[in-house]
Amino acid sequence: MDSRNFAFMFYGFLAAWLILCAYVVSLASRERRLKREVERLRTLVEDKERAG
Amino acid sequence: MRQKIMLALTGMAALLLARNLYVIFLQLPDEIEQGAIYRIIFFHVPDAWTAFLCFFAAMVASVLYLARQDLKYDAFAASATEVGLAFGVANLVTGMIWGRVIWNIWWAWDARLTTMLVGLLIYAGYLMLRRAIEEPTERAKMAAVLSIFAFADVPVIFFSIRWWRNQQHPNAVVETGKMAPEMLRMLFTNWIPLLLLAVVFLMIRMEQERTQREIDALRRQVHSF
Repeated sequence: MDSRNFAFMFYGFLAAWLILCAYVVSLASRERRLKREVERLRTLVEDKERAG
Repeated sequence: MRQKIMLALTGMAALLLARNLYVIFLQLPDEIEQGAIYRIIFFHVPDAWTAFLCFFAAMVASVLYLARQDLKYDAFAASATEVGLAFGVANLVTGMIWGRVIWNIWWAWDARLTTMLVGLLIYAGYLMLRRAIEEPTERAKMAAVLSIFAFADVPVIFFSIRWWRNQQHPNAVVETGKMAPEMLRMLFTNWIPLLLLAVVFLMIRMEQERTQREIDALRRQVHSF
């Protein structure tokens, strides 16, 4: 393979995948936050139903 | 079932990507003027196509929401916009790195780059607007209108290299006929795994939107006690 501009090609591929990986990480962290919030609210509703 | 479909699609995307990377790096011939950097095109262009497809899907879903007032269309539009934005940013950044080598500058204010940047900023604004409005139906209505308005920029991005000829961005390689057939084939072949990944991201985001609606309903229930 022609080695001219190889470093920039590497940066390009790295950047493309880093951006998509960062998006996957943000999806995963949102997933955890939503699950925690659903659990918290379900417990709250159950507690209020029992108390009321 | 949903999890299995997502796993299968991710597996297919990974296999195709591995095969494509092998072909891109070890089998395709070199480009005579650009050196190794031309290989960025196999991700740069399919990233743009994926982003445009997502924005188109978001626009159709927004029209359907306004026509039918069903929040599932709003959820789809929000999900497709977010996924499209991720691929759009990947397209813009890879293009900047390519431009740094070929034009010797990171950024040129030519029609293609500027309209793409404006488009991404409008779609980022769409996502910010969604966060700013609490009431779901009001949020869905405003977001749908903005999504339809934002899509007006996509044809401008697409046709900018024909409409404004005195610019730095090269003409579409698919149209010029100057690209070797095996390179052109790889451009389309590498779009498939990116599309599969976009579908997986979309499925995850749709599920998150469903969970968010459940959270909204539970919050209303909590406040009603």
